[in-house]
Amino acid sequence: MEELALNILDIACNSVTAKASLIEIGITVDTKADRLCITISDNGKGMEGELLKKVADPFATTRTTRKVGMGIPLFKMAALSADGEFEIDSKLGVGTKTSASFKLSHIDRVPLGDLPSTMVTLIGAAQSADIVLRYRVDDREFVFDTREIKAVLDGVDINESEIIVWLKEMMKENIMMINGGLAI
Amino acid sequence: MKTLAELQAIRDRMKSQMASRGTDADDIRIVVGMATCGIAAGARPVLNAIVEEVENRKLTNVKVTQTGCIGMCKLEPLVDVIMPGSEKVTYVHVTPEKARRIIASHVVNGNVVTEYTVDGEKA
Repeated sequence: MEELALNILDIACNSVTAKASLIEIGITVDTKADRLCITISDNGKGMEGELLKKVADPFATTRTTRKVGMGIPLFKMAALSADGEFEIDSKLGVGTKTSASFKLSHIDRVPLGDLPSTMVTLIGAAQSADIVLRYRVDDREFVFDTREIKAVLDGVDINESEIIVWLKEMMKENIMMINGGLAI
Repeated sequence: MKTLAELQAIRDRMKSQMASRGTDADDIRIVVGMATCGIAAGARPVLNAIVEEVENRKLTNVKVTQTGCIGMCKLEPLVDVIMPGSEKVTYVHVTPEKARRIIASHVVNGNVVTEYTVDGEKA
């Protein structure tokens, strides 16, 4: 994958498949510590221990678990090749949390990429699930929550093209401001 | 900076338009494959280009949706166009540029872009 935002989209799509009603994406950049941390948590159906042990290893994935496939191994690889760590926690009936960290300045660290495009694509995939993005660079933070947007929309479908195009621009503006000229 | 007041104005305009819209059965559906295979092959910019084109052309009778892997990973990005009363048309190896042409030719004017379909690519 050419952008971490694509990994995020892919992992969050698993949350949709797991019938989550809330998907939370956290992205934290700490320039002093030279770290980038990404978490994707959901309240979907979760995984039992046996499956959980296998999901990060593409070669151990059995055919019945095939719908998990290559997404998690690709995200893990992206973290491990940038001096980072990868963890996936899950509990049946509670949800799943996937965390990846990266050394921000590592030469092999994949750029974050187009996060607003990932978010609007995920809104389209999510159907009725709500999505929260917490995007933080040092002490600056942008929070996006589809529950707030839906409250404003008052019954108008969030997936109407005009709304999606507007949301993408709105997120682009905010993320640019939070980045403050930093290329992440 | 975009404000929520702007979003409220869009909402109010859409609410007044909705009353004059036809039923869902008349909608044209565009479906984009969005599994790991599709995403890695470039499905996200394709989907975004389609949504933007639908918005720019004000195609209010077009519904854009996503689907998972349908087992033709090497042909991704895949886009289905379903016109009411017609067979589904599947486009393969779609790019944002191809997607815009599919909208102009097929969705707006009803002419299938044969060269972008599975059969068209083989020919």
